[in-house]
Amino acid sequence: MEESMSEAGYDYRVVRGFTYSAIFWLVIGLVVGLWIAFEMFDPALNLTPWLSFGRLRVVHTNGLGLGFGLAGVFATAYYMLQRLTRTPIAFPRLALAHLYLFNAAIALAAVTLFAGMNTSKEYAELEWPLDIGVVIIWVMFAVNVFGTLIKRKEKQMYISLWYIVAMTVTVAVLYIVNNLEIPVTLFKSYTVYSGTNDANVEWWYAHNIVGFIFTVPVLAMFYYFLPKSTGLPIYSHRLSIVSFWALIFAYLWTGAHHLMLTPLPEWIQTVAIAFSIFLIAPSWGSVLNGYYTLQGNWDQMRTNYLAKFFIVGITFYGLQTIQGPTQGLRTLNAFFHYTDWVVGHVHMGTMGWVTMVISASFYYMIPKISRADLYSIKLANIHFWLILVGQLVWTITMWIGGIQQGAMWKATNPDGSLMYSFLDGLTSLYPYYRLRFIAGVIYFIGILVFAWNIYMTTRKQPVEAEV
Amino acid sequence: MGINSKPVVFAVISAAVILVGTVATVFIPLFIPSTQPVSPYVKPYTAVELEGRDIYIREGCNNCHTQTVRPLRTEVLRYGEYSKPEEFAYDRPFLWGSRRTGPDLNRIGGKYPDSWHYSHMQSPQRLFQKSNMPPYGWMAKNRLDTSNSFKKTSILGYGYTESDVKNQIDSCRSRVTAESYASKESRNQVTPPELQKDLTEMDAIIAYLQKLGRDVKNMEAAK
Repeated sequence: MEESMSEAGYDYRVVRGFTYSAIFWLVIGLVVGLWIAFEMFDPALNLTPWLSFGRLRVVHTNGLGLGFGLAGVFATAYYMLQRLTRTPIAFPRLALAHLYLFNAAIALAAVTLFAGMNTSKEYAELEWPLDIGVVIIWVMFAVNVFGTLIKRKEKQMYISLWYIVAMTVTVAVLYIVNNLEIPVTLFKSYTVYSGTNDANVEWWYAHNIVGFIFTVPVLAMFYYFLPKSTGLPIYSHRLSIVSFWALIFAYLWTGAHHLMLTPLPEWIQTVAIAFSIFLIAPSWGSVLNGYYTLQGNWDQMRTNYLAKFFIVGITFYGLQTIQGPTQGLRTLNAFFHYTDWVVGHVHMGTMGWVTMVISASFYYMIPKISRADLYSIKLANIHFWLILVGQLVWTITMWIGGIQQGAMWKATNPDGSLMYSFLDGLTSLYPYYRLRFIAGVIYFIGILVFAWNIYMTTRKQPVEAEV
Repeated sequence: MGINSKPVVFAVISAAVILVGTVATVFIPLFIPSTQPVSPYVKPYTAVELEGRDIYIREGCNNCHTQTVRPLRTEVLRYGEYSKPEEFAYDRPFLWGSRRTGPDLNRIGGKYPDSWHYSHMQSPQRLFQKSNMPPYGWMAKNRLDTSNSFKKTSILGYGYTESDVKNQIDSCRSRVTAESYASKESRNQVTPPELQKDLTEMDAIIAYLQKLGRDVKNMEAAK
């Protein structure tokens, strides 16, 4: 549809900028990830205070969640917004300022976290001056989202735009509420919530910020780039409507499944379990919508390199959304919580679903805006297999390690005493940690291939636009 | 559906939809006192303990250590009595954590003498050869910064006067620098001579660790 429209007027500078930023922070975040993976079985790498695990883990999660994840979301959102509304970005200079400010904020975030300035609240570690920066950055983005939507030439908003709107609104609410804090100095603040309430607010935030950055906009990409790269229309519009509203309604009730068997009031935990189970339905609504879109054209898994990124990606999303609610059940949670099982769970989502879909979206988008073919489909396939194998070895290793650790924590002798010391449980995991490190290296090589492929594509001479 | 062509209306409806669960499970509990009950037995942190807690946060200790003992048989056997909501009334932020690379610390207070902590923080591997905990001996080389301690306790509403805070700092200093201090030898081993008469970051974090889970014992005893 919008292909027929003239390219003139679309502003792709910000799309390119955010794409390169995403890849840059992805590489940095993975290097830090490998560093801390090594520290897990050999503490010798804790060379200085700022290289110690406690500080680096936060650099890793923020670098990849905010640096890579958000930049990927912004890159694709600016692209989809323009294409789906058939309208150039409303305020292109604001968008460029957004790009520069974003990268400055991520760099400052890394420096301050290295320096130990952090609030300790997961995925909300940044101190208050940077929180204000994040809010400003978000408002800059929101102004362009709504500005472009209001000026749009295409009357109907496609599914992907709903997800972008829902993300824009929800992330603002989550971020502001969870980061209400009273400054002590420029680098230190205290949250306004205490104890149990702080825990409840934090996990409402942490669960949903993951949902509205690593699920909602990634579904927007999926619903746009899957039909684009396969030439197949999405199977059911009605199913996507039902899934969308059910997902964004139910998501916000479930944060407390991270606080199972803690002093948080039991009713909040139980409500969270119920809604978590319910969430399987809308999640699988999108999974099935993806599968049925390929109905009759499954040969594209072989012939179209992009189809497999999207379909394997949504498969990990499907597995993720079954595993999550299952491990939230009280009995299973008592066994799995605080072990590496959960670490494996998170990384299936991030290394499987999120990275697969974002990188495939870039593979579609960058040749399109560079007016050149992808540098190498063969390299894209190598990238696919390396990150798939790396991720599978990574996550399965952590699941097995988690089961072992959970079992060792619970094991008792016939007289009722504990069978293993805490240290027994930890040291028995070192072989798994070594294997996890190797899996991480395989994955990292795959990402380097990806970065190289995109870089070489952008260096190609543009061919005449096919009108 | 009409709202698919009205972006602002769409955004407002989305906001309403996400706020239902938010209000029900997060906002309303904020105003129910039983969500975060208080107990006269659980006292706020002293200024030094609070500084130690802030160092715990700065170093990201919560990335490897939880502070919630769950009501499970083997967990209570391993760590002690399970965690009660009253214990966390003065915790801003909460530090329950999400992963146990190291053991839970909610009942660590009083479990070991200070001397054990000085040696262990200096080199975890000397006590447990295969431990993967980073060494924190450098904390004993940093003088404790108490310039904001009063401001901190005021913001947190602990109800101390400026002289209360000064007394807490002085009494902690005189306790750990006294000739009679039971952990004097281990402290002097890790603390450089020029700081041995002063409070260090290591002293503060150990004071904080020793506070964890102690008040709740009195609360339980009174039940």
